[in-house]
This record gives sequence, structure tokens and C-alpha cells, in this order.
Amino acid sequence: MSVSISRRILLSALALGLLSALPARSQELDLSYHHPVLEDYFAPVSAAPATPDAQGFIRRWSLLEPIAKPEIRTNAIFDDSYLNAEFAKEYFKDQMTIVPKDGQKVKLDKKTKLAWHCFDSQRYNVKLYRFASCLGLHPTEALFLAVTVVNVPEDMTVRMSVGSNSASKWWVNGEEVILLSGDRRMVVDDCVSPKITLKAGRNVIRGAVINGPGMSDFCVRFLDGKGRPVTNFTVTNQ
Amino acid sequence: MKKIEFSLAAILLTVLFALPAAAQIGNVYIHDPSTIVKCDGKYYTFGTGSGGLMSDDGWTWRDGAVRTGGGVAPDVIKIGDRYLVSYSAGYPGTEGKVRGVVTTMWTKTLDPESPDFGYSEPELVAFAGDDEDCWAIDPAFLLDPYGRLWCSYGTYFGAIRIVELDPGTGKRKAGNKAVDIAIDCEATALMYKDGWYYLLGTHGTCCDGVNSTYNIVCGRSRNVTGPYLDNMGRDMLQGGGKMVLSAGNRATGPGHFGHFVEEEGVEKMSFHYEADYNRSGRSVLAVRSLLWKNGWPVAADPFREGTYEIESERRGYSLELAVDFVRQQGGMRAFRIDPNEPVVELEEQKLEDVQDRWPAGEIGVRAGDYMFRPHQRWTVTAVPDKGGYLGAPYYKITIAGTERALAATEDGELVAVPQYTGADEQLWRIEQLTDGTFRIMTKITCACGKHQKCLMSTGDSTVALGEYDFSSDNCKWNFRDR
Repeated sequence: MSVSISRRILLSALALGLLSALPARSQELDLSYHHPVLEDYFAPVSAAPATPDAQGFIRRWSLLEPIAKPEIRTNAIFDDSYLNAEFAKEYFKDQMTIVPKDGQKVKLDKKTKLAWHCFDSQRYNVKLYRFASCLGLHPTEALFLAVTVVNVPEDMTVRMSVGSNSASKWWVNGEEVILLSGDRRMVVDDCVSPKITLKAGRNVIRGAVINGPGMSDFCVRFLDGKGRPVTNFTVTNQ
Repeated sequence: MKKIEFSLAAILLTVLFALPAAAQIGNVYIHDPSTIVKCDGKYYTFGTGSGGLMSDDGWTWRDGAVRTGGGVAPDVIKIGDRYLVSYSAGYPGTEGKVRGVVTTMWTKTLDPESPDFGYSEPELVAFAGDDEDCWAIDPAFLLDPYGRLWCSYGTYFGAIRIVELDPGTGKRKAGNKAVDIAIDCEATALMYKDGWYYLLGTHGTCCDGVNSTYNIVCGRSRNVTGPYLDNMGRDMLQGGGKMVLSAGNRATGPGHFGHFVEEEGVEKMSFHYEADYNRSGRSVLAVRSLLWKNGWPVAADPFREGTYEIESERRGYSLELAVDFVRQQGGMRAFRIDPNEPVVELEEQKLEDVQDRWPAGEIGVRAGDYMFRPHQRWTVTAVPDKGGYLGAPYYKITIAGTERALAATEDGELVAVPQYTGADEQLWRIEQLTDGTFRIMTKITCACGKHQKCLMSTGDSTVALGEYDFSSDNCKWNFRDR
């Protein structure tokens, strides 16, 4: 979800104090605050397989450092045609098959190499903006790629539920299952896939989230036939 | 010179009548309007930037409200005999840049012409650091039934937060910590009703003209600091929110909800449309009645002019002229008839079938069984140049196909006059109540000069004018087209 350009200009001016005609008194207000750090949002991956949280959200993900998309000035361009074309582009070799290891790098072009980072999200939603900003990377006008592995004890018929900020597309075992188009806010259970079958054993989940200005995050879980969260599986990064 | 004046007047009237009755008139151009408040009989709202709008009747607006400080998205609340105004602006914080600050300031009156007018020095009550998951803009007040003053603020970048203020000073309550209560919205507002706190937020895209997808959603909580859940049990910290109002009626991007309680059962919501298709796609002030359905706020649809049965909530009888019931041909049919007899459509009774039998002068008005007869079908037409009330113009109510108009008498009774003249006693205020029924009020006031009278059932079949009472179905009506 972006803030429109005009709103951004206004807010930027506001942040710089340009719109303030009168100074405000603040003698009685504590002006200290916590500066965000990566640990607020992500923890290192442990050796043991993870499980979804109590609400079924998958928190273990491998995230690729953001692919710069400086041409995205506004999220108003995120119609279905644009997104399908953008998500179909190949940015690096084996893009749609890789199950990356922590620290593994991929080569976009002669000048650009990006690294994968394996994390357990501290929150139900994976804060892509903070993933980038806390690593010192440009957090907006970007394409984020995410991969995880879901291990199920037996074949399971489920629906994949996604909320993302902004648009995104998701694949299960190489099959596209859902597209979230438009200038989207991250809302739990915003979009839910048709019924899909998770095969007994290992299933690779892959997502691509694109955003212009503003915050970016996503949340993913599986729902059963009655819309209840599915939790009886493990999550690994391989 | 007179010719020019006439032309200008004609143009003005053309513009007035070209606009739908749902829209406010006059200078209604504003973005991020504050909650509408009433001060010394006038209505005020302030927007982003300096200044604001004011209105004598809540229908026709003009420039002229004054607010210092600039900044964005103010809010106003009356506390005691003073007005507390909040807005967000830049502030050189001790740690460098900030993502907005929220300030408050007092004034004894909102009337810029009053000698009592003037704002106190603004106090900083909330802020967000330049790398926090929050932008401290879009403040909104709530004074809860326990006398505690709350302020929500924030935008899409991170969380919506709430802080407690001191209602006596307008300053931040000592030791109070901000609490995150929602994400992925902005332009929030707070309400309290029947033991629930309601958090209104604006989702969607702002500031993109006719393509703005702004919409107003809501969650509720038993505690002012949340969790605010929507009708699906989703926390607004997870993006939840039940729709209150989205685009429609040739306008897009409703946002910046404000709650105005006229009196018991009469609630209004103010907001802006990002783009009004009838006004060059500009951002405009808008007002709707606010309904409550199963504990959730719902924006009423704008009242639509048209021809209706006006049905009493008391008995279900309908407002009608006190004239002879003219029987139609047919009468009693045999219960057992030949199924092979051809089926024909019967004609409804027409106005020309009966109106010659009606008295030429004034006719009494009563309620009766609805039979979709001409003396029971009323045409409701907006009269926007006759003034209005908060959110809507006055209406004339005439028997369909005629100029016979519903009118109030001096002694508080009802009559249908033979010709609509535009006199105040022939003008009606129509407002949808919180339960979805309508009240119909006179434009003229009672002898005391203060109260407008309400169309009410005095018996199942009799009607008169009386005092509005939300607890009585005598005061409630439904507009039905059947």
C-alpha cells in the first residue's frame, strides 16, 4: 500500500516542519523513542523445524534482498496485466526453482548480486520494509521474493490465505495459486486461493511482493474446508 | 444592471438544481475535514491547511472558519464551554526529524468575529520518530462517558496509535504511553455507544482524484485501547475492518469520518469525498445520516426524491388525503372460478379517475390502509434554495401529479393545501434515524421559536404535529415505493 505522491509530498514537508506555523510546547512530553532494529522483526532461524503460530501463520521464510524497481512511482500501476508481466520476468537463473540457503547469493546482472536471508518473523506478518531498512537497503520501490518449505504428514486439501502490501503473486510447488492485484493493504485473509492439495512431505511455497512508496509486508496461512487455520505441519527453509 | 443580476441568479439556481440533493451546497471544497461541531448556532469544520468552512444551517457552506497552525487533518471537540482543536504539523524534536507531531490548542469560541475568539499556544501531545512504524498525523478526539479524553492518530506507515489527554488542559496525561490499535489505515475517528468503543479508519488510496479508493471501515472493542475487532472477529491490527461507506452516488473516496449526534436517534457522519463527479472531481465535504445495525454503524443512503407511500411505524397505515375512498370496479369475485377463464391485468386507479371528486381547497390529512390509491401517493422533492439542516435540504411533499402540498397549520395540525407556494409551512425536514426509520419535521418552529415539530401519529388513523421522541413509534415513518 502506498501513500500517493501528493500525500507523500505533504507528509515530507510536514516531517521537515515546513507546514508548522507555530512552535508547539513540549516541556512535559518525553520525546525519546525506540529506534527499530532487525531483531524487533526477525530472529535467526533455529536448527529445529518451525511450526505455524497458533493462528496458522507461517513465520519461517527465506527473503531475497529487494530487487530495485525505481520506475514504480505509484502503486496505481498495479493492474493485473502489469503484475502478470512483472512477475513473469526472470531476474536470475533458477528463480522459480531455487530453495535458497541463508547467505546464498544470486546474480541479477554484472553489477548486482543479492543475498538470501533466512529468518523467523517475530510477528504474524513478515515486515518486508523493515527487512530491507534494517539491513541498510532501500525498502521501497522494490520487488521482494520469498520462499519457504512446508512439510505435511499426509496429503491435505487446503486453501492458501494471503494478505500483502502491496500486490503479490504466490506459487505452491511451482503452480501459481493466487494473485493479489491493485494497490493493496495487508489484511489477514484478504485473498484465498481455490482448493489446493499439499502433498505428503515437502511443498515449496514461493511468493513475490511488489511495492512502490510506503510500507510493505505479507502474511500467509492455510485454511481448512471450514475456514479454520491449519497448523499440523512444520516449516523449514530447505 | 438588473438584467445581469437576473442572469447570475438564474445561473446560480441552475447550478443548485443541477446538483443532487445529497450534496451540500455553497463552498464545500475541503480535504480531511474535522468532525463538524456547532458553536453559537453555527456549524464549523476545518481541513488540511489553514482555515475551514462554516454554515448557518448545516446545508449551505462558506469559507470563513479560522484555524491557526496550518498542518494537516485537524479535529475539534467541545469540552465544557471551550473548544479543543488538534492538528498535526512538523516539529523540530530533540532527536532530529520526526514523522509528524500532534498538537492541541484551545479557543473559547469558533466564531472568528467574536471578541472571545483566539487560540492558545499549541501543546505537543504526541509524535513519531523519523524511523518509527508510525506517522503522527490525522488526530481524532473522543471524550468518553467517563470523562476521559482520548486521541487516535496515524497513517498507513505503521500503526494507528491512541493516547490519553487531560480534558482539563488538553495536554498528554502524565505517564501515558501510546498504544498501537490498528494498521493499514489513516484518518481515524473514535466513537462510544452502548458499552462499545468504535474505531473508524480510512482504508484505500488517498489523493488520486476520481481513482481514489478511500473507504471508511470500523472495528469495535470493549476497551478504548483495543483490541478493535471487525464483524469477522479480525483485529484491526491485522487489517480488519467492516465497511461503513465506500464510493457511490457519483463520488469516490469517502474518508475522515466525523460523528455528530443531533439528539437521541439522530446521528450524522461527516466526511470528505476525494472526488465529486458533479464538481469537477474536487474534494468536497459530505454528510450522511448514521444508522446502527446489529451494533455496527452504517452510512445511510442519501434520501432519494421520488414518489412514495409514507407509512407510519406505529401501525403501518399510510399518510393520505382525507377524501372519499373511491371503489374500483370488480368487487367480490367468486372463490371458485373456471381456471380456463382468460387472465387480464387490472388497471390501477388513476389520479384523473378521482381528483375531480376532491375538494378544491384545503383537504385534511390522516392515515389509512395503504391501497396504492392516488390520495396515498406522495412525491417528495428537494427544494435546495430554501435552506436546510445538517446534511440535507428542505423538501416539499405533494400528492403525486398535483401541487397539493402537505403543510403545517398554525395550531399544530396537518393539512394539504391546494397549491405549493414555497412557504415555510410547506417545507419539511427529512432525516433517517439510527434505526432506519425516518422523522419528518416542519421547517417552521413552535411558538417558542426553538423547536421544529414532528409529523406524528396521534392514533392509528390520525396524524398531527408534536414533539419528537425517539422512543415512540408515533414519530417514525417509512418511505416505501410499492
